[in-house]
Amino acid sequence: MAEIWQEVVFWVFAVAMSLAALRVVTSSNVVHAALYLVGTLMGAAALYVLLFAEFVAWVQVLVYVGAIVVLMLFGLMLTRAPIGKAHFDNNQRLLAAVVAGALFGVTSYIMVRAFDGTDVNFARTVGTKAGGLGEVIFSAYILPFEVVSMLLLAALVGAIVVARKDEEVEGHNAD
Amino acid sequence: MPISYFLVLSALLFSIGVYGVLARRHAVLVLLSIELMLNAVNINLVAFSALLEKAGLDGQVFALFVIAVAAAEVGVGLAIVILIYRNSQDTDVGELSLMKW
Repeated sequence: MAEIWQEVVFWVFAVAMSLAALRVVTSSNVVHAALYLVGTLMGAAALYVLLFAEFVAWVQVLVYVGAIVVLMLFGLMLTRAPIGKAHFDNNQRLLAAVVAGALFGVTSYIMVRAFDGTDVNFARTVGTKAGGLGEVIFSAYILPFEVVSMLLLAALVGAIVVARKDEEVEGHNAD
Repeated sequence: MPISYFLVLSALLFSIGVYGVLARRHAVLVLLSIELMLNAVNINLVAFSALLEKAGLDGQVFALFVIAVAAAEVGVGLAIVILIYRNSQDTDVGELSLMKW
């Protein structure tokens, strides 16, 4: 009985995510595209909860929806772009659709063939505790964790250095 | 529930992201499509983590790492886009031939 409800929830979110993702790549309004991305990301967070990964779901909501999409919206607003489909899509739309369709066909065929009859166990009632995840990160994955924190620091400093207005060079670049 | 449901959904989202990267001209929209692709990978990782629950939580840890790297990538990518926009008043990735060989 519970299995049926999980499947219903999966299909609802899968359809919503796919439609939102299609709108992300076809919308002719950049702000709408970013907001449709929020729909896809929230659907993914719901699927993580369905897959017993509550902590990943919350990190998804906080980092992706809370930080990355807001950053994207700032980027869109700082780079004023002309409105209209011709300015957002290039003229290889048909070729891109063929490539993406072929990629989807091949990958989904291979995956369905390879994992036919493999079921996710939904008999559990409790998900992953954040504490268990923390123990794994701080024992087996401590070195990658530290590397990721250094990467984030380097990216932060790099982003500031790249995006900052350079006062001395400003006079030469003014046109 | 068969794991192939999650895998096919993830393949669909990844393909939509590939279409966006190939068909979009606005640099920030290309970054949005890349986020779609990274998200598809995360769904795969978490689904396999649920499938292999006996083996541990490695899939979820990898999903967290992918999210962190995506945050770093967006930060640097948007900084570059803003710099290019400031210098050339344009965000068309097809026009950025400055570093083309």
